[in-house]
Amino acid sequence: MAGENGSAFDAVEQGPEASGRNTETPHGGVGNPAEHPSVTALQGRFDSAVLRHEVQAGDQHVVFLDPGSNRAVLAWLRDDPEQRYDLLVDVTAVDYGGGRPLQIVYQLWSVPHKRALRIKCELPLDGLSIDSVVQLWNAANWLEREVYDLFGVEFRDHPDLRRILMPQNYAEGHPLRKDFPLRGRFSRAEQTRRALSQDYHDDYTPEELEVGGAPGLAPPELPISTDEVGTRLD
Amino acid sequence: MLSEPMLINIGPQHPATHGVLRLICELDGETVLKVTPDIGFLHSSFEKLGEYRTWNQIVPLTDRMDYLAPLMYNCVYVMAVEKLMGLEVTERCKVARVLCMEMERIFSHLLWLGTTAIDVGAFTPFLYAFQERERIYTLHENYTGARITTSATRVGGMMADFPDGWTDSLRDFVKTFPKTLNEIDSLLTTNGIHLGRTLDIGVISGEDAINYGFTGPNLRASGVDYDLRKDNPYYDYETYDFDVPIGENGDCYDRYLVRMEEMRQSLRILEQALDRLPGGPINVADPRVSLPSKTDCMNDMESMIHHFKLITEGISVPAGDCYFAVEGTKGELGMYVVSDGGEKPVRWRIRPPSFVNLSVIAKLAEGHLVSDLIMINASLDIVLGEIDR
Repeated sequence: MAGENGSAFDAVEQGPEASGRNTETPHGGVGNPAEHPSVTALQGRFDSAVLRHEVQAGDQHVVFLDPGSNRAVLAWLRDDPEQRYDLLVDVTAVDYGGGRPLQIVYQLWSVPHKRALRIKCELPLDGLSIDSVVQLWNAANWLEREVYDLFGVEFRDHPDLRRILMPQNYAEGHPLRKDFPLRGRFSRAEQTRRALSQDYHDDYTPEELEVGGAPGLAPPELPISTDEVGTRLD
Repeated sequence: MLSEPMLINIGPQHPATHGVLRLICELDGETVLKVTPDIGFLHSSFEKLGEYRTWNQIVPLTDRMDYLAPLMYNCVYVMAVEKLMGLEVTERCKVARVLCMEMERIFSHLLWLGTTAIDVGAFTPFLYAFQERERIYTLHENYTGARITTSATRVGGMMADFPDGWTDSLRDFVKTFPKTLNEIDSLLTTNGIHLGRTLDIGVISGEDAINYGFTGPNLRASGVDYDLRKDNPYYDYETYDFDVPIGENGDCYDRYLVRMEEMRQSLRILEQALDRLPGGPINVADPRVSLPSKTDCMNDMESMIHHFKLITEGISVPAGDCYFAVEGTKGELGMYVVSDGGEKPVRWRIRPPSFVNLSVIAKLAEGHLVSDLIMINASLDIVLGEIDR
């Protein structure tokens, strides 16, 4: 354990420091919506759902949405002929720590119009749940699973919301959250014990077990006798 | 009833899965009814580790993800940080990074070519491809001192300038490599067995490919003209003369053709970049990221303090977030960096092209034979280090 003055290994036990430089989540520069046609259109059409707009890194436009209307707005962005954001590049999340809301980040790209747009939805830590967009883009399937796995965000109506990078029976929480220590939550002894006591139920879904049966058991009896096989070969 | 569905595991330790990938296959005889990829065996939580490191300390993490194109990952990461800082690198650095990235494209495609050919029974191209890869390994080693874990970039430039004679070695490679490429081409492109194993296997339409998040050669094989080097150019790619190969059918054969042609186009870019590589410094002279010279440190108090602070604290990146993507070897390779103004990132996210590409395998392989599943998996060109991160 760390001494009174703290040590370089504190963070390993405690999780990374919460971003402490700003009391709120850091803001980018105030954007000029006129520079990005989609931002103007969004503000005109979904005035109540568009919370704010900012410009990051010089020319990257970010629109903050009300998390309750993410699917409706994203569907419009995908389908409207003036927008056509048909490629969902990325879905991820950002945790600033310190109890601040967690951001879900959608990176969109429009192949026909060659434009990029970043959409963010802020979720309070006690309500980490948002509509899935798999119905709009199949690309969101694994990306949302990853956010669920590493941040613990529930995506409503997701067809297959399971862990993806961590093991299915992982019980220590969601590793990319700021309150998660680098070495995990359990003691090393407990982690070893769990690693040694796995069984095949952890590696298959119930549907798969129904098809395959328990692994390592004798194969089911052949429905035809070996004599018959022999005669067929003749 | 012999046609009762059967559950078969392929991998995680199997040479045909191209890494530590487990495919849970539901089979009817030899036909794939459903395939569920199980990933995460190589998960190292690089993104979490990044939150404990200063901005420059993250560079070594990046090349350990895609060990088939390490320099490219080094470059993209620092390009994203530089974009967030509003830092313009020197002209020489820009061209040097273009050289690195296009070299890595050939490097990565060659591994794909060799291993994919082996998966369909052609052993010879593997040997030729790896002979050429070995030459790029040597170029890596001569430049960075390492063959795979290159860690060659720093925010604001490169770890060092190219050593003497390095560009000549690269030029030599560019001159002689087409001969081998043509030989491999003649072994595979019109080969009856290869055609039979790849034509009309794992077909996906352009519209579906976009919806499933395909990028890179996989998307272009389906006939969608989307290449970040043309559509959202960085590092003056618009001034290089090269073509973007587009497929028609979106099957394994088109993915093969697109990658073969991409190597030729990369050679064209390499040639032009070698011709235009300007002189001058490779690192920017920006006090936010560059160390003062040793002489200055020894003679000047302020330089000494500046040096000390950069070394002990690391560089500071202004608050904000930035998504920066390049046309990677396997698709759109993006880095999303979030800073609160400090010396460490709040969040560092890799947009993993292989991860998204692999998620489509369930759709592509449905109804094909198990042997075709192996071909489809190979044609996606995945690397598990980057999928699991």
